[in-house]
Amino acid sequence: MSLVERQDTINTDSLVWDGGQGSVGDYIALLKPRVMSLVIFTAFVGMMLAPGQLHPVIGGVALLCIAIGAGASGALNMWYDADIDQIMSRTAKRPIPAGKVSRDEAFAFGITLSIGSVATLGLLVNWFAGAFLAFTIFFYVIVYTMWLKRSTPQNIVIGGAAGAFPPMIGWASVTGGVSLESFVLFLIIFIWTPPHFWALALFKNADYKAAGVPMMPVVAGENSTRNQILGYSLVLVPLAVSPYFIGFAGIVYGVASAGLGAAFLGLAVNVWRLREGEPARKATTRLFAYSIFYLFMLFAILLAESLVAGL
Amino acid sequence: MTSEEKGIRLTEGQVKRRRSRSLAIALTLGALVILFYVVTIVKMGPEILNRAL
Repeated sequence: MSLVERQDTINTDSLVWDGGQGSVGDYIALLKPRVMSLVIFTAFVGMMLAPGQLHPVIGGVALLCIAIGAGASGALNMWYDADIDQIMSRTAKRPIPAGKVSRDEAFAFGITLSIGSVATLGLLVNWFAGAFLAFTIFFYVIVYTMWLKRSTPQNIVIGGAAGAFPPMIGWASVTGGVSLESFVLFLIIFIWTPPHFWALALFKNADYKAAGVPMMPVVAGENSTRNQILGYSLVLVPLAVSPYFIGFAGIVYGVASAGLGAAFLGLAVNVWRLREGEPARKATTRLFAYSIFYLFMLFAILLAESLVAGL
Repeated sequence: MTSEEKGIRLTEGQVKRRRSRSLAIALTLGALVILFYVVTIVKMGPEILNRAL
């Protein structure tokens, strides 16, 4: 009797491997480039507002690492969520549900980039920023994707922290620490996330329902979601003006953020007021589209002011 | 059948995409080498010449 009794009976002559289908473009799609662009932008603003100097090459490296770290989180998110991504119309064309990249390939890609981006940020910039990036990836993949997303309607409220950390990491790349200013930048994105995502969830409600993701409109109903969108907007608008009062933004930002915030509030009131049919759908899509413009403008004006002040 | 023909056989499309992925990895590794070199020079600055002979 042999110790090895079992023989592999697979005929390797006829083995066909269904992996290796992904093009370079498919792997870039795993990085969620559109999310990445907002991460790069907010991290850049955090770096520019931070006191102190960072050599432009080191600054570029920091931004690259933050961007790749965010992309790695996206790839790991797609790895874990492949089952629900194939059900939702918004995500069905992503590389894994489309059959272009296997789950194992996406996992390996995400892990490699996570370790690479954190190690490079730590070695070349500073280890506080590197550790912060590692925590952000952990928060997005483990806390949000694996734990909260499928278990609570507060998923994007708490998980939104991951998307709000980049300006703090940018700031930490320059200073090696955190401060009230960078925390306020974090809070703006953190409080902005619920009205932004719930506006999307209101007009993609059927998708989330089909996939069994407990988004707020699915669990608490559309009326409660509209109330909460308005509630968060009422907190967000004054919070977004606060950099002026705290003293790290100028009068241009103060006036512009108040004006932009008034428009945000107007759209949120419309979402709250219009609850039936086409007008309701239009109100939510408008708030969703405007919310992206709003956040972009807030950070763009902060950046412009800091550039003008530096002249 | 020769031994080279045994095992997993890739389709023409898989071979083509593998080549493009390999090229992308090579370019990325090359870029990293240049990046680490440049950052080393930037971090050392003028000190790079200031050493005992």
